[in-house]
Amino acid sequence: MTDPEEVRLYRTVRLIRRFEERAIGLVRSGHIVGGIHPYLGQEGIAAGVCAALRADDVVAGTHRGHGHVLAKGADPARMLAELCGRENGLNRGRGGSMHAADFGVGVLGANAIVGASGAIMTGAVWAARRRGGDVVGVSFFGDGAVNEGMLLEAFNLAALWRVPVLFVCENNGYATTMPVDGAVAGTITGRAEAFGMPASVVDGQDPEAVRAVTAAAVARMRAGGGPELIEARTYRFDAHHTFEHAVRLDYRPPDEVARGRSRDPVEIAGARLSDADRAAVDAEVETTLDAAVEFALAGPEPDPADALAYLYASGLTARGGG
Amino acid sequence: MPRLSYRRALTRALADEMTRDPDVFLLGEDIRVAASNVTAGLLKRFGPDRVLDTPLSEQAFTSFATGAALLGTRPVIEFQIPSLLFLVFEQIVNHAHKFPLMTGGQCAVPVTYLVPGSGSRTGWAGQHSDHPYSLFAHVGVTTVVPATPADAYGLLVSAVRCDDPVVVFAPAGAMEVRADVDLAALVPVPLGRGRVHRAGDDVTVVAVGHLVHDALAVAEDIADQVSVEVFDPRTLYPFDWDGLWESVSRTGRLVVVDDSNRACGIGAEVIAGVVERVRLVAPPRRVTRPDGAVLPFAPALDRAVQPGREQLRAAIQNVMKDG
Repeated sequence: MTDPEEVRLYRTVRLIRRFEERAIGLVRSGHIVGGIHPYLGQEGIAAGVCAALRADDVVAGTHRGHGHVLAKGADPARMLAELCGRENGLNRGRGGSMHAADFGVGVLGANAIVGASGAIMTGAVWAARRRGGDVVGVSFFGDGAVNEGMLLEAFNLAALWRVPVLFVCENNGYATTMPVDGAVAGTITGRAEAFGMPASVVDGQDPEAVRAVTAAAVARMRAGGGPELIEARTYRFDAHHTFEHAVRLDYRPPDEVARGRSRDPVEIAGARLSDADRAAVDAEVETTLDAAVEFALAGPEPDPADALAYLYASGLTARGGG
Repeated sequence: MPRLSYRRALTRALADEMTRDPDVFLLGEDIRVAASNVTAGLLKRFGPDRVLDTPLSEQAFTSFATGAALLGTRPVIEFQIPSLLFLVFEQIVNHAHKFPLMTGGQCAVPVTYLVPGSGSRTGWAGQHSDHPYSLFAHVGVTTVVPATPADAYGLLVSAVRCDDPVVVFAPAGAMEVRADVDLAALVPVPLGRGRVHRAGDDVTVVAVGHLVHDALAVAEDIADQVSVEVFDPRTLYPFDWDGLWESVSRTGRLVVVDDSNRACGIGAEVIAGVVERVRLVAPPRRVTRPDGAVLPFAPALDRAVQPGREQLRAAIQNVMKDG
């Protein structure tokens, strides 16, 4: 009998993996325009972090954000419809891959500006806490973001005001094509420690290890602790962006890629399940995604007459351009 | 009737909104001691949880406000220096402004950005004297530039209540204006509605912010020669086109006086928005800062690049001569 928590973690990494593979197929078939930043290889981080959160906790992600949105509980069908730019998508086709959001499950949005979510999340959690309760927030970002001044300002603000935000750095070794060694002076955890924040390093390929370290941090934050940082070491299995499928960029040595891919979060989590349990999850995920693809491709295209709908929450309408 | 200063009108608007709505809070640099003298008394009245002094981290606290607004509060940020808006332009435009559309209407970002002392403060030189309201109109963020104490009160109240981000420029040239005001009659001023300060028949002068007072002085000065209507848009975006078209349709002539740099300044937009719609009897004129202006330090140089009364008078006389 497999531990239900292990089944849940495996299901999430498997769902993200297969979602991304299907999304890449839809990029190739032209149903998703603009491409995506695949989360392949990093699934264990979103799965492990979100497994340690409550439904009312909030997260904000990155341009490589599908995993965060799915792991927090968004409907894969509406997520896929969003990537396809359909009216039945999470954002009604107005956001796409890099801006997918689902406020109903606490996803305050993927954010395509590197390092931007830290300060936004700090304000969001501060506002939520003002009303009482013990909500925590998670800001996901990559290793490239640790050189963004705005994120370091957010570290300071969160630490200064003891806002319980978990800063999760997904260190996949590259900011697009720039290796960490070429970009990061000092260390990632050292940046957090400089602001008096507890910081730890975890194996991002192991969702259970990520869940455990997150759960400990979240427990401290719920008990009144301030922000913390987790550096999850990971490896991006695929391209920075799907445009690399057409334009091969030479920046990762093949032996490094092979080594990186050898530690696969899907296999690591899957090995903890019985064969029967694993097969059952795999089948259920495929059924879910079959339905998601069908839902997405059957979704209505938004009406161009409504191109600027939702621009203003106040109801203001913009002058047309013609 | 009591005399109300423009600055105290801002203070009063903040206090009234904080009293009315517990979700309104203030943040900014040195606001607890009220370095700009706008937030005076508010710490004592509302406490440190609603008057937050921030570290000098403009980008972070601007996006902090965005996040706080996403979860139901109404932050008001005070910026001591107008050029700080250049530093946080990304946070306002790329995040606060874009979130409602990008999320398909899942959220609102009701943040007010208050800039007391925008434009030249005389002697504050290149990096403290900008007046970047046209930039916000260009990107479509609601932008107000009140000229009078009553409008400063009413527009700031409306900004705080608006469900979208609003930038409120309080020009340095208007901050010391005082007016006899019936305090009980202070009311919210709707965003996007202009005001005719002085009726006239020959030419419509559109004046922005503190320049309304210059326009009124010039109009009075030449009243025996020209009948000048002074139109104060109050909100630059959304602009009160109906109000301005009505005025210009009567006068047939248009002069804009605007403390923006000339290229792509709001003066250019006002002229374009009028001539697309109304047939004028003379080519319109604008009085602005020069292209690419950086305000030099020496007082005579500082004044030389700001729109002045002499230039406005000349522009009015020229449109009268031209048709």
